[in-house]
Amino acid sequence: MDPVPAPLCCREVYSVPTKPAGTLYRGREGMWSWVGHRITGVVIFFFLLVHVLDTSLVRVSPEAYTAVIGAYKNPLMALGETGLVAAIVFHAFNGLRIIAVDFWKKGAKYQRQMLWVVLGLWIVTMVAFSIRHLSLALGGH
Amino acid sequence: MSATEIQSPRSGQISGKPESGKIAPKYRRGGSSRGNFEMAAWLFMRLSGVVLVVLIFGHLFVNLLVGEGIHAIDFGFVAGKWADPFWQFWDLAMLWLAMLHGTNGVRTIINDYAEKDSTRFWLKMVLYAATAVIIILGTLVIFTFNPCPVVDGVQLPGGFCPA
Repeated sequence: MDPVPAPLCCREVYSVPTKPAGTLYRGREGMWSWVGHRITGVVIFFFLLVHVLDTSLVRVSPEAYTAVIGAYKNPLMALGETGLVAAIVFHAFNGLRIIAVDFWKKGAKYQRQMLWVVLGLWIVTMVAFSIRHLSLALGGH
Repeated sequence: MSATEIQSPRSGQISGKPESGKIAPKYRRGGSSRGNFEMAAWLFMRLSGVVLVVLIFGHLFVNLLVGEGIHAIDFGFVAGKWADPFWQFWDLAMLWLAMLHGTNGVRTIINDYAEKDSTRFWLKMVLYAATAVIIILGTLVIFTFNPCPVVDGVQLPGGFCPA
C-alpha cells in the first residue's frame, strides 16, 4: 500500500519561508528566539546568585546592606538595571510563548506571529519601565 | 504492507495490539533509574515559569516603580517588607522557584555544550553546590532576619525597631 498524501483541503497551512535560509528552522525566528532565551536566562541566573548574596547582607548589619545597595544607586547601574529588566521581560514573554507553542493546539502554527507579539509587548513594556525607572534613578535626589 | 513502511511507535503494529496506544518496548526511552525525571523537569519549567512571571513582575513593580523607586531601598525598606509574612512568603517562593528554574536551565545548557563526560559532571556538581548554598542562605536570611539588630545592648543605627 502506497502512502496517500492528505488531500489539499485538509492540510494545515504553515507559514513556510520562501527564501532559502538553510533549513526551515535554522537562522530564522525559531532559532533566534531560542538563542535569545538562552542568553537572557544565563544572564538572569548569574544576577540572581549575586542578588541573593547582596540581600543577605541585611543579616550582617544595616550599614553593610545600605552601603552595598548604595553602589546600585548611580547612573551606570541604572542603565545596567534597565538592561537586566529588559532581559527578564523578554525571557518572561518568550517563555509564555514557548508554553503556548507546547500546550496550545495551534501554537506551533503561529509561533512566528507570537514572536512578533512578544517583541511588540517587550518594547511597550520597556519604554514604560525605562521612563519611570530612569527618571526616578537619575532625577531628583 | 510493504517491508519498508515505517511504523509510528504508538501505532500498535509493533506490539501486535493495534491501537493499543502503548509504546513498544524498543521505543521506550530512559532506563528505569531515570524514571520520568526529564519529563518532570520539562513540566516544572513551564509551571514555575508562569508563577515566576507574576512573582518577579510584582517584585520589580513594588521595589522599583512605586513611590521613590530604587532610592527608597535600604535596610529599613527590607525590614518593613519582611515584617509582613505575606512578603516573606512571596520572596521565599520567588527564591526557590527562580533558583530551581535557573539551575535546571543551566543544567540543560551544560548538557548541550560540555562534551566530555568528566567536564559535564564537574560543571553540574559546581552548579548544584552553588544552588544549594544560595537556596539555604536565602531561606535562612528570610526566616532568621532581625529587623531590630542589637549588639552589646546597643541598637544598631538604621534598624526597624518597634517604638
